[in-house]
Amino acid sequence: MSINRRQFLKRAGIVTALGIGGSIGLHGKIVEAAAEAGYKTSSQALNAKHWAMVVDMSKFKSEDDFKKVAQSCVNIHNIPDFGNPKDEIKWIWEDDYEHTFSGGDNEYLTDSFKELPFVVMCNHCENPPCVKACPTGATFKKPDGIVDMDYHRCIGCRFCMGACPFGARSFNYRDPRPFIKQINPDFPTRTPGVVEKCTFCVERLAVGQMPACVEASNGGLIFGDLDDPKSEVRKIVSTKYTIRRKTDLGTQPSVYYLVGGGDHA
Amino acid sequence: MYKGGKIIASLIIFVAFLTFPFFYNMGKANAGPENLAANTKITANTQCVEPASYMLANHMQLLNQWRQAYVRDGLTEYTNSQGQTFKDNLNTCIQCHSTGAVSNTVGLSNPAVKNVGVSSSAVNTSDQFCVSCHNYASVEPTCWSCHSEPGGATK
Repeated sequence: MSINRRQFLKRAGIVTALGIGGSIGLHGKIVEAAAEAGYKTSSQALNAKHWAMVVDMSKFKSEDDFKKVAQSCVNIHNIPDFGNPKDEIKWIWEDDYEHTFSGGDNEYLTDSFKELPFVVMCNHCENPPCVKACPTGATFKKPDGIVDMDYHRCIGCRFCMGACPFGARSFNYRDPRPFIKQINPDFPTRTPGVVEKCTFCVERLAVGQMPACVEASNGGLIFGDLDDPKSEVRKIVSTKYTIRRKTDLGTQPSVYYLVGGGDHA
Repeated sequence: MYKGGKIIASLIIFVAFLTFPFFYNMGKANAGPENLAANTKITANTQCVEPASYMLANHMQLLNQWRQAYVRDGLTEYTNSQGQTFKDNLNTCIQCHSTGAVSNTVGLSNPAVKNVGVSSSAVNTSDQFCVSCHNYASVEPTCWSCHSEPGGATK
C-alpha cells in the first residue's frame, strides 16, 4: 500500500502534535514533582545577616586557654597533625602580636601585650580576596557573611592561599586521614589536593549550635550577628575598643579583637 | 585479486582475533552485581528518600542536588514527594544502606578501599553498599575518600 503526499503530511502532522502535547504534559508533571519535593533550612538553624566574632583578649592569657579552644576545633573537624609546619593545616591557631597585627605597630606597647598569644582564624572578610581569586567558585561568600568552602569543587590551584593576607588557608599536600588522631565520623575529612580553612562552623549553626571554639572558650570568644543592634558582638564592637587585622587592606574582617576589655591593660 | 588468498586468510584471522572475547565468553551467564537488598539494613520504615525506582535511576542527581542545597544554599532539609522530611546529608543514606554483614570482596576499585595505610577503622572498613553496583558498572564514586562510610556516622 502506498500513501500519497497529502496523507503523509496529515499523518506526520498528527504524530508531531501528539509528541509536542505529550512532552508538555510530561514536563508539567516533572515540574509538579519538583515543587512538592523541596529544600529548606532546619527550624533549629541559627540565622544572621552578618556573623562576626569578638576575641576577648583578657580571657586568653595562657597556653591552656588557647589549647582548649583549638583542640575543640581539631576534634570535630578532623584536622590532621602532620607534625611539621610546612604541611600544617590551620583552622584556628595562635600567633604573636607582631605577626597578627603587622603594619600597625605601636612601639610603646607594653612587652606583656606583645607577648600575648593571639587567637587567629579565617576573618570571614566582607570583601574576601580568596573568593575573588578562586577560579571554580569553590570558595564563596554566603548571605550570612560566612566565607565557606565547597571541597567538591576545589581543584587545588592555591590561588586563594596567595590571595588571603591572613594565611588562613591550608593546602592538603598529603593524605590527611592517617594523621587524624580521632576521626569524627559526622564531619568529612579532606583529600590531598584541596584547600581548607575555618568555616565558622556552618554545619553547627545549621543545627542551632554555636561554633565549637566559642563553646569551648568560656566566654573568651563571642559570636553573633553584627547586623543586629541587640547582639552582644554588636554592643562590644560599638562601645568598646576593638581592633581588626590588617584593616588597611580593605578586606573588612569579621573577627574583632577586644583589647581593652576586662582586667586587661 | 592480487595475492587474494593471503589477504582473505589474513582478514579471517583478523576478524577471528577481534571477535575472540565474544566467543570465549559465550554462554557464560553474567552474575550481575550483588544483591542490593542484602546490602540494605531493612528497618521498619523501608521507604527510601524517594521511591526505589526513582532512586535506582536518579540517586546521583539527587545527591548532587543535596550537595548544592546543603553546601551552597545552607538548606539542610529535604522534603520528598510524599511530604516526608530528611536531612540532606550522606549520613541519611548510610543509616539504612549500611552493610556490615555483607563483605565486600570485589570492591578494590573503590578509592575508599585503596587507601592503604589508613589506620582508623572508621574510614577503612569498606563494606559499603555502593561498591557492588559501582564496581559492576566500573564507576568509581569518590564520596568515601572524604565522607565517612556506613557504620562510621553516629547520627
